[in-house]
Amino acid sequence: MSNLKTPSDLKYTKNDEWLRIEGDTGTIGISDYAQDQLNDIVYVEFPDVGATFKVGESFGVVESVKAASDIYVPVGGTVIEVNSALEDEPELINTDPYGAGWLIKIRLSDAAEANALMDAAAYTEYCNSRS
Amino acid sequence: MSEQLIYDLGSPGRCGVLLPDCDVPQEAIPAELLRADLDLPEVGELQVIRHFTRLSSLNYSIDKGFYPLGSCTMKYNPKLNEDTARMPGFAQLHPLTDGAGSQGALALMYQLQEWLAEISGFKAVSLAPAAGAQGEFAGILMIRKYHVDRGDNKRTKILIPNSAHGTNPATVTMAGFTAVELPSDENGDVDLAALRAACDDTVAGMMITVPNTLGLFESHILEVVKAVHECGGLMYMDGANMNALMGVVKPGELGFDVMHYNLHKTFSTPHGGGGPGSGPVGVNEKLVPYLPGPVAQIIEAAEEADDAPLYGLVMPEKSIGRLKAFHGNFGMHVRAYTYIRANGDEGIRGISRHAALNANYVRVRLQDTYKIPYNRYCGHEFVLEGHFEGVENVHALDISKRLMDYGFHPPTNYFPLIVPEALMIEPTETEDKATLDGFIDAMKKIAAEAHENPDLLRSAPHTAPVSRLDEVRAAKQLVLCCRPIPEWAG
Repeated sequence: MSNLKTPSDLKYTKNDEWLRIEGDTGTIGISDYAQDQLNDIVYVEFPDVGATFKVGESFGVVESVKAASDIYVPVGGTVIEVNSALEDEPELINTDPYGAGWLIKIRLSDAAEANALMDAAAYTEYCNSRS
Repeated sequence: MSEQLIYDLGSPGRCGVLLPDCDVPQEAIPAELLRADLDLPEVGELQVIRHFTRLSSLNYSIDKGFYPLGSCTMKYNPKLNEDTARMPGFAQLHPLTDGAGSQGALALMYQLQEWLAEISGFKAVSLAPAAGAQGEFAGILMIRKYHVDRGDNKRTKILIPNSAHGTNPATVTMAGFTAVELPSDENGDVDLAALRAACDDTVAGMMITVPNTLGLFESHILEVVKAVHECGGLMYMDGANMNALMGVVKPGELGFDVMHYNLHKTFSTPHGGGGPGSGPVGVNEKLVPYLPGPVAQIIEAAEEADDAPLYGLVMPEKSIGRLKAFHGNFGMHVRAYTYIRANGDEGIRGISRHAALNANYVRVRLQDTYKIPYNRYCGHEFVLEGHFEGVENVHALDISKRLMDYGFHPPTNYFPLIVPEALMIEPTETEDKATLDGFIDAMKKIAAEAHENPDLLRSAPHTAPVSRLDEVRAAKQLVLCCRPIPEWAG
C-alpha cells in the first residue's frame, strides 16, 4: 500500500471506484489500489452514453490478465461521456488511474449521495485493512 | 525455445505420405473447387515424428510430475481405463447401431448411471452432458422448466455465493436468469442473514459449490437448503468438488435437487487437451421427468435370475431435450465405469478420504510459512495467500513461476477472488507422502528466497523452455497466425 496513491480531493467506494465531483458532473475511475490488485488491464466494457444508473449499480467491466471485475457507480446519474481512449490503451488505467485512466463521466442525479462515500483517509485505512 | 515451426522445417517437394492405390472409380475434382494457395508444410515422416516428440517432451503433465492445480482435480488417471476404452466392442461401436447390437454399451451406461446415483444419493442420472459447463446448463434448464410447468413464471433469480465456481454465474445468465451474488461470512461459509434476506418468491433456486472454492465444507448446509426450499426455490449443487465427498456425504440426502458430476475430475477420465470431458447430471424425484436425454433404461426385465435384462435408450417424459449428438461422450463413460468398478465401494470412500488427508497435510505443514485465510479443516483443497509481509512486489504469480524451477506445476492463481494473491492447492489422493514433502520443501525454500533474494522469484522460471509469457499481448491480440493470413480467411 505504501507506494499507492490516494488523492485527497476524491471520494472512494468499498469496491475501489473513485469519484471526482465538479459542479453537477461526476468523473469515475478505479483506484490505484484496484489497478495494482488487478494487474495489467486488457479490456474495458463501457455503458452507452445516455444510460442511467442508480447508486451501486454495475455500469461495466474491467478485465485484466488476472480477472474480470464488475465496476459500480459510486452515486446515481446519467452517463454523459466514456473514455474511449481506453479502447485502444486500457493500460492507461494502470499507468494513470486518476488521470488519463478515468472511465466515465456522469450527470449526478443527487450529489448528496456522495456524502456516504469514504474520503482519502478512510479509504487508505480500508485498503490497509485488506492487505 | 529452440523448436522451429513445422513450416520452417520442410522444403518444397518433400513428402511423408504413401497413399494406397485407389480402389474406387476416380472422378476429377471440379476445377472451381481446387485451390493452389494452401500453405502446407512439406516435411518427411522422420521430421514430423521428431518435431512432435520434441514438443511433447517440452510439455508438463501428470504423468511427468506433481500437478496441484486447485479446482481441477489433476489426479493420476489409471492406464487400465485406456485399455477398456479401447476394447473393440466399445471403441468400434457405431453410435447409430440399434439396441439389439449395442446391449453391452447400454448395460454399461445403465450401470454407470446407477452407480453415480448411489454415490451421490440421487434418484436418477443422465450421462448426456458433454462436460461440466453443459451439466450445469442442463441442471438450470431443468429448474426453469420445473417452475414454468407449475405456472410459476415470476422466479427470475438464482442465488450464487461469492465462493462459487466462476462458471456458475455464466450458466445462470445463459439460461436466462439473473445471478444474485451472496457474500461469505468470516468462516468462509455463506452469510446466512444475507441468504435469508435474498430468499423470496422471485428466487428460482441457488447454485452452490460444495466444498466451496476455498475447499471448505459449508458448515450450515442444511440451513442453507432449508432457507431456499422454504421460499420455493430448488437447490443446485456444483459437484465439481465431489472428490472430497465420495462415500462420506450424499448431496441428495442433504436435500439437493440436482447436481452435475465432472467425470474428468472425480472419476479419472482425461482432462483438458486429453479430454473430452463428461458432465452427467443427477436429480431427485421432482426433476426425473426433466432429465436431458437419452438415458439408458431397462425396457424389459430378465425372465430368469441369471439372464440379462433388455436395455434401451429412452427420452424422459418432459425432458429438456438433447444437449449433444448421440449419447454423451461415451468413451468417458467407459473410463469412469472402469474406475468405479476397479475401486469398489471401499476404494471409492478411500479416494475422498485420502484426497482430504493429503490437502490437510500440506495445509498444516505450510500454515506457519504462508498466510492461510479461513484456516480450518478443509476438503480436497485449500487456498493460501502468495505474498509476504515486508517483501514488496513479490506476488502469487512469482511463487508459481518459481515452483516450475523446482519441477512442480503451479497451483491455480488468483482464484477464488475473495482471497488476495490466492494460490489454490489441490494435491489429490494419488500422490504419496514423499511427493507432498518435496512440494512442501519447495514452498518453504521459495518463501525463504522471497526474503533473501526476491529477484529470483520475479525473474522465474529459469529452467522452463520459455520464461515469462506476454499475457497482455495474449489477451489483446486475438488473431494469431505464424504466416500471412490468406485472403480467404481474413
